[in-house]
Amino acid sequence: MNSGDTAWLLTSTALVLLMTPALAFFYGGMVRRKNLLSTIMMSFAILCMVSILWIIYGYTMAFGPDFKGLIGNLAWLGLTGVGQDPSTVYATTVPHLAFVAFQATFAIITVALWTGAVVERIKFGALLAFAALWFTLVYCPVAHWVWGSGGWLAQLGALDFAGGTVVHVNAGISALALALVLGPRRGFKEGETMEPNNIPYVVLGAALLWFGWFGFNAGSALTAGGLASSAFIATNTAAAAAGFTWMLLGWIHRRPSVIGAATGAVVGLVAITPAAGFVPVWAAIPIGAIASIISYYVMVWRARSNKIDESLDVFACHGMGGTWGALATGIFATKAVNAAGSGLLDGNFSQVWIQLAAIAATMVYAFVVSWLLAKALKATMGIRVREEEEAVGLDISQHGENAYGGV
Amino acid sequence: MLKKIEAIIRPEKLDAVKDALEAKGILGMTVTNVNGRGRQKGIALQWRAGEYRVDFLPKVKLELVISVDECQPAIDTICAAAKTGREGDGMIFVLPVENVFRVRTSDNGEACLSVKQG
Repeated sequence: MNSGDTAWLLTSTALVLLMTPALAFFYGGMVRRKNLLSTIMMSFAILCMVSILWIIYGYTMAFGPDFKGLIGNLAWLGLTGVGQDPSTVYATTVPHLAFVAFQATFAIITVALWTGAVVERIKFGALLAFAALWFTLVYCPVAHWVWGSGGWLAQLGALDFAGGTVVHVNAGISALALALVLGPRRGFKEGETMEPNNIPYVVLGAALLWFGWFGFNAGSALTAGGLASSAFIATNTAAAAAGFTWMLLGWIHRRPSVIGAATGAVVGLVAITPAAGFVPVWAAIPIGAIASIISYYVMVWRARSNKIDESLDVFACHGMGGTWGALATGIFATKAVNAAGSGLLDGNFSQVWIQLAAIAATMVYAFVVSWLLAKALKATMGIRVREEEEAVGLDISQHGENAYGGV
Repeated sequence: MLKKIEAIIRPEKLDAVKDALEAKGILGMTVTNVNGRGRQKGIALQWRAGEYRVDFLPKVKLELVISVDECQPAIDTICAAAKTGREGDGMIFVLPVENVFRVRTSDNGEACLSVKQG
């Protein structure tokens, strides 16, 4: 047991937890005023619900003893046998419970990420039902594949430092499936203006995400030392490079927008996530900059096509940012940074193929299961609010509250 | 005889208009933030990637009730103070008013207009 490692992992856990309320503000600022609370509540309620599901059965499904490389068995149901002593396979220098807590915060935010696709029109009950099912049938298996001891993508040699595939590709592609089944907001196809209600909230959310992301990436070293430090500075560099690049892209087209710079920083953080502890610090600059270029033009394309109302572009930001990041890990990983991974930079071309396989497997599985789950809920409980509920806004129709009360 | 002037003006011209009216002895007014459009239509704003149109622009609406004799000079004052010569300077509407009451004293008619005497 190492007290320095334990202190850093517990600190990182608190940092990552903050990212979910940060996401609530990042998304909340982008919707119309009548849906601000509803958008914030999606992340907040998921924080509560997934925290509980995680200790009951989520942890053992994702990290419990392996069953055929696909899923953890139920040996650690309700955290049976998981205690203050270190695990023999995960984060072996800290209490097993510290690792459980750290991973809980990843599960929570991944479930919250795709809510950006369904804002302003989903029934709150259906959102919770989908979140619970998605957590169980998509997040836990994919986390096991990549991070679980014996998981099949881990066996294949896929590199994912802090969750490029497990978190970002997974949530991004699921967001797309969910938006397709749910359908666009009323007025979307008619080109109705849907103005963000509070851009300062978006920037506040992005800044707090950035702050929390140090726990996400540097914490994923699971030790407090050189690797955590390398991941830490790579994380900051990628966020800065991507934020600045996005600002320039906006400027070329018209103006250096604030909401654009904030979005860019988040996309850079997404892209560096799988790579943070495998790549040299300088590589964070191209990883961040290229992530912004890819996400920016995917977003422009989605907006112009005017067909898919994936409202807050979870796919463009997290799906594409995560895909690029996972691929970039295969390109820039080097044993000079982390003995556990070498990529194209070390002359290991096969790593690129392994990364592509991990991306493809995650995309196909997450898209198909999310689409089926959404269809099933649509056919049974219904997933959309009524027309008049959508018109009045979800704050009042779903939660009986106003974001800004009084006259 | 009483008239109501509703002037839609540029927000940045509010202070100039208020001061010009005050110089003419006209004090009482109600001011509201409004959104609207005329021939100018709207502007394009930045979204995360690309842009979107906003059809309504922020303006200020000034409402004042005034005696019929004061009406035209007040309109001239507002026009002079609010004008830039570019599109979007606003509009002025003049409406007849049946009566006016002061809540504190229940006075009515021209006696309770907030205009400096003399």
